[in-house]
Amino acid sequence: MSASGVARPRAGRGRALIAAERMNGFIDGLFRTQAALVYAFLYLPIVVVVVFAFNANRLATIWTGFTTDWFGIALNDAVVTKSLGNSAIIAFTNAILATTFGTMAALGLQRVGKRTRQGYDVLTYISIIVPEIVIALATLVFFASTFDVVNPVLAGLTGGGKGAFKLGFGQFTIIAAHVLFNTSLVLLLVRARLSGMDRTLVEASQDLFATPWRTFRQITFPQLLPAIVAGFLLSFTFSFDDYVITSFVTGPGSTTLPIYIFGQVKRGVSPETNAVATMVLAFTVGMLLIGQAVLAWQGRRSGSRNGSMANIVTER
Amino acid sequence: MTTSLTPDAATASLAGSAGARAVARATTGVADETTPDVEIVDVTKRFGAVTAVDRMRLSISRGEFYSLLGPSGCGKTTTLRMIAGFEQPTEGEIFLDGKPIAGIPPYRRNVNTVFQHYALFPHMDVARNVGYGLRQRKVAKVEEARRVGEALALVRLAGYERRRTWEMSGGQQQRVALARALVNHPTVLLLDEPLGALDLKLRKEMQLELKALQREVGITFVYVTHDQEEALTMSDVIVVMRDGRIQQQGDPTELYECPTNRFVADFLGSSNFIAATVEGVDASSRTATVRSDRGLVLRGTVTDPAAAIAAGDAVTVATRPERLEVRPDDGAAPGAAPGWTELAGRIRQGTYLGDHSEYRVVTDLAGELIVRRQNTVGAGSALGGGPGDPVVVRWHETANLILVG
Ligand SMILES: Nc1ncnc2c1ncn2[C@@H]1O[C@H](COP(=O)(O)OP(=O)(O)OP(=O)(O)O)[C@@H](O)[C@H]1O
Ligand SMILES: [Mg+2]
Repeated sequence: MSASGVARPRAGRGRALIAAERMNGFIDGLFRTQAALVYAFLYLPIVVVVVFAFNANRLATIWTGFTTDWFGIALNDAVVTKSLGNSAIIAFTNAILATTFGTMAALGLQRVGKRTRQGYDVLTYISIIVPEIVIALATLVFFASTFDVVNPVLAGLTGGGKGAFKLGFGQFTIIAAHVLFNTSLVLLLVRARLSGMDRTLVEASQDLFATPWRTFRQITFPQLLPAIVAGFLLSFTFSFDDYVITSFVTGPGSTTLPIYIFGQVKRGVSPETNAVATMVLAFTVGMLLIGQAVLAWQGRRSGSRNGSMANIVTER
Repeated sequence: MTTSLTPDAATASLAGSAGARAVARATTGVADETTPDVEIVDVTKRFGAVTAVDRMRLSISRGEFYSLLGPSGCGKTTTLRMIAGFEQPTEGEIFLDGKPIAGIPPYRRNVNTVFQHYALFPHMDVARNVGYGLRQRKVAKVEEARRVGEALALVRLAGYERRRTWEMSGGQQQRVALARALVNHPTVLLLDEPLGALDLKLRKEMQLELKALQREVGITFVYVTHDQEEALTMSDVIVVMRDGRIQQQGDPTELYECPTNRFVADFLGSSNFIAATVEGVDASSRTATVRSDRGLVLRGTVTDPAAAIAAGDAVTVATRPERLEVRPDDGAAPGAAPGWTELAGRIRQGTYLGDHSEYRVVTDLAGELIVRRQNTVGAGSALGGGPGDPVVVRWHETANLILVG
């Protein structure tokens, strides 16, 4: 490249090339090592948790032998199963609601003016970008002050007896807070798919005598299904492992698994906690695999390249 | 591919349904055989400041192959979309089968469209695609299967029922799209540049096939294209459009032989244009004598029957390149036979194009003329054709088309 390089005899240039090649090889090696280290940093802790879930020793950090007892103990622990149940109910309800609302919003936003749509886009992105802790705090304040206003009114209406109906923190508030965030997520996923969809398919369907509703059912919905499935699975997992928001708006009797685990860890990591974490991990990975399989099947059916979750999430 | 014979049963059934339609119409008394399938009455369509279609008036007769031909952006697609119901006219009215269709949504119009990029449903196989329209109309399953089979046979895709559409070639997908529309026996079939995505050879085959198919089923076709050759090949009637207005309509021969304005003479084929002033008019034969700006006197036919011209009017004389003859200048004194014009000139450029050659000849009296010469036996090299060679160009007055405006 340099002026002197041009003037040099052929042999010299050859040597320079070889040197450059070696340099490249060295840099390549460096990058590979770095990548390996990053992955190790990310995944080794998980591996450690899983491995120590099978540790026979009561002290989580000293390996003495292999056992599966901790899984049995964890599953027989009423507190664990209760919080697991709570988490499942919350995550599932949240995923259903978020998917429904998100999809409906995406479809609705297709029909409004550009101005309105941009306004909603801003709101959507904000709810995703704003730090979780802020949302958690805001939701807490919102619920607390709403209850302060509503509960006296309710008390007045029902006569204020001891068993009277009263709003309070619990599963309902957790679900409401999770849905808020996850609806935005589903909305974005479905919108991406919708804007990538061939509009003439809808026109072709109408041209072939299908009413708008039948067109939606037979054409639009099947085309959107991969994004809807992806949205459902992501909402489920995000809700299932959420700690920050949940810890703010939880109430008596609605402890979720992450909150339980965090509470345990404060008293030292036990193999039982590791076993719970391992089961959660297995469950989450299982969900992802199922999702992947559904999408691959969908992809084959629709002949599109969108046969993977990663594609849907990164598309547009 | 090239032999386009289709199973008779399928044809008979589709053609029969057209007859049934006529009977149904006769009994309702709404329309009869002579009612045009589509009537567009003074339709204007504006998108904001853009006028896509401007006071269009067009009557599309039953069972004919109509082509809308024009350059990009002239409003062809918009016209189709108004017939299909995807756009509403800003002004004017469209009649389908004699009935006004304003406000009727696309899914309740007995019109089907073949889209440019096929728009096949990717999550359905071929049979489900073709049967889609029938299912919306709640046709029984057995009947659906039978008619889908017939339609596929008609486009020569029998046995492809279970195929995935995206595994098929462009030409095959095009046929599926065609079958999907034809199976519904629409009053009118709309086709928006359906062959645009195919390669040239396949396109030529499909053109002939489409034309043959249209004859067999007897359904009215409205075909959009910006390819003049395609329009000439297939159409019963060509409608030439420009800037949302109809320029001229007629059968291919009429349009080519008798263009009524400069745009049509130029868009359909090509023409030499000579600016001139009218000297005298013979009203009975609709011929006129004109003098070109450089003093060349020509006689020719006034093509526009509606044009009123008088001496002193500015006109344009159009001549087709293949109607001109060119020969080497042998030095003989120019003496033209009656009715013929002979001009000396020099070749500026000769282009060999296989079956014919094209020469640009500069003449004193008519400026640059394009002459097309068929390369018959021995003709290819007979004319030296180097730049600067002296030649003689001659043509008969029947080749002169006098255009107003
Ligand atoms: N939905 C729309 N909104 C705004 N302008 C439009 C719309 N549809 C068409 N137009 C305008 O109307 C004019 C005619 O468009 P149209 O699509 O009918 O042309 P076309 O003859 O089909 O052209 P092409 O050969 O390129 O397909 C163009 O100027 C186009 O920009
Ligand atoms: Mg168009």
